[in-house]
Amino acid sequence: MKLLEVENLSTWFHTSKGDLKAVNGVSFDLDYGEALGMVGESGSGKTTCALSIARLLPKEGEVTGGRILLEGVDLASMTEEEIRKRRWKDVSIIFQGAMNALNPVMKVGDQIAEAILLHDKTSREEARRRTAEILEMVEIPAVRAGNYPHEFSGGMKQRTMIAMALACNPKIVIGDEPTTALDVMVQAQILNLLEKIRREYRMGFILITHDLSILGETCDRIAVMYAGKIVEMGTVKDIFEKTAHPYTQKLISCFPNIWGGKTIPEGISGAPTNMLALSPGCSFAPRCDRRRGCCEAEEPRVVQIGEKHFVTCHEASGGGCGV
Amino acid sequence: MCEDIVKVNRLKVYYDLKNTFTSNLLSKKKKQIRAVDDVCLTIGKGEILSLVGESGSGKTTTGKAILQLTKITEGEIFFKGEPVNPREKAYMKDFRQKAQMIFQDPYQALNPRNLVLDIIAEPLDVNRLVSSAKEREERVILALEQAGMSPGRDYLYRYPHELSGGQRQRVVIAGAVIMNPDFIVADEPVSMLDASVRTGILKLMVKFREERELAYLFITHDLSLAWLISDRIAIMYLGTILELGKADEIIKRGLHPYTQALTRIMPMPGVNLERERVTLPGEIPSAAEEITGCRFRARCDKAMPLCGELRPAMREVGPGHFVACHLCAPTLTALE
Repeated sequence: MKLLEVENLSTWFHTSKGDLKAVNGVSFDLDYGEALGMVGESGSGKTTCALSIARLLPKEGEVTGGRILLEGVDLASMTEEEIRKRRWKDVSIIFQGAMNALNPVMKVGDQIAEAILLHDKTSREEARRRTAEILEMVEIPAVRAGNYPHEFSGGMKQRTMIAMALACNPKIVIGDEPTTALDVMVQAQILNLLEKIRREYRMGFILITHDLSILGETCDRIAVMYAGKIVEMGTVKDIFEKTAHPYTQKLISCFPNIWGGKTIPEGISGAPTNMLALSPGCSFAPRCDRRRGCCEAEEPRVVQIGEKHFVTCHEASGGGCGV
Repeated sequence: MCEDIVKVNRLKVYYDLKNTFTSNLLSKKKKQIRAVDDVCLTIGKGEILSLVGESGSGKTTTGKAILQLTKITEGEIFFKGEPVNPREKAYMKDFRQKAQMIFQDPYQALNPRNLVLDIIAEPLDVNRLVSSAKEREERVILALEQAGMSPGRDYLYRYPHELSGGQRQRVVIAGAVIMNPDFIVADEPVSMLDASVRTGILKLMVKFREERELAYLFITHDLSLAWLISDRIAIMYLGTILELGKADEIIKRGLHPYTQALTRIMPMPGVNLERERVTLPGEIPSAAEEITGCRFRARCDKAMPLCGELRPAMREVGPGHFVACHLCAPTLTALE
């Protein structure tokens, strides 16, 4: 059994301008100890996807369809009460703004201990001991538990957030742009740390980012999202070396490659899709320079083109339109 | 050698740290943050020089100091051969027109209650350069279209919140180039933008360089972006420049241990699984501490006893390639 299976997940936001289909039929799975990278531009639905899995959607958001199976148990159909008991033990999230997520007037160690005490029925002593252990795990000396967040650097705060995410031994950790606000060197340190912990504890890890260039070294598989859908998914090798979807190709070309030519890449012309008015066809069609007649009228199906390589494009479904 | 637009000579910017009441009583020495400590660089006409470093390395302070946006403790700035004197009002008025800055966050750089027209026309109004409303509009439309927002007329009466991040940054750039400057400090101009939008902004910057011989100081933490758009790269660490040279030279044949560490972890699209991310231990130290010798010493795995005693000077190791390191550019005293 897979650790996590997401089947046809749809998450809508009920806005005053109508329903916004932020996640629109997303399916993927995740194995024990596996790292999946989810990449896409802002507004592509990556974060909504993560929040749906952790059942942390804001009140306008609703999972309108699909199943989220964690070791065979559907998280999507659970009541708020049931979820609350399991949250952080099943799925935990590391958010982007580590600097703002910590309580400034509470000692760091107490904040981690609080998370443990809320979810596990243990004694204060035990919680304190586990806090020290977890801090050491994220390479912060345990004596720093008595410090306040302002005494920590940005990298240390992000480590603390990771420590908190690990506090209840979750099965899946989701990193939502966990390194975006950090320096390159600190980013590399944090990514190394996450990889080490994932391998050691065989945790499932979903790394959400807009920065395709960090995924190659960090993940096993990559899912490329566009307008609420996964347009291409495969191993790192599939995505970078056997790129099938025009969007993925364009996205990769946006990142400078120092061994390639020193010309500024084209970028992706046109505006991102208006999520309130989705066209019946492929959402990327208006920005795609390889579109054909049917692309705007007919929605492409998911096609398997490799062992783990899936793509949602008319071009890949052999001969294209009408097949 | 091309004509220098900007020359920075031994620039130092120190900030005083607030003393506590007790330390004042005990009359302890005042603590200072050495944000920029002895930086020399030149930027030629139509050149793009990138300043790369971690946060806290003093890149932004250097950029601000060049534009006289922060108080300079020591050192001189020359602009087009003339020393910049912030006390000369008439000169500064001209200098402010010819040297501009683009900030990182286009969401905060634009006044949310002003129309795009008023935002871009502000420098024209301040300097009383337009006589009629029609001329004002026309110049703004031209600036917008040059910044890649055409037809410009469509954007005049919009508020910043109606624009996307990329469009906002284009408005910022339109406002910066409307005075026809010779030099722009671009402080992380694309780091808040999506990769697909990023390239458009970079292209725009390069276009102005080609059309008007506009020179840039491009401040970034992203080494691969710096390589992509600049002629030369300066690597900064804790207020000093450790290595300076041609972009290709720095990225592919960087000599300083810090440059090498940065290139080793530089994220690149593609399968790099065989590469191991070797990171430096610890984090950039506080600029408030006084450091003797090489500033990078504490994190350097090749540090020698000499590194703790003597601060390495910039030495030319190849044409236009400067390094400040005792190991890769030994000083004469070290050799003897």
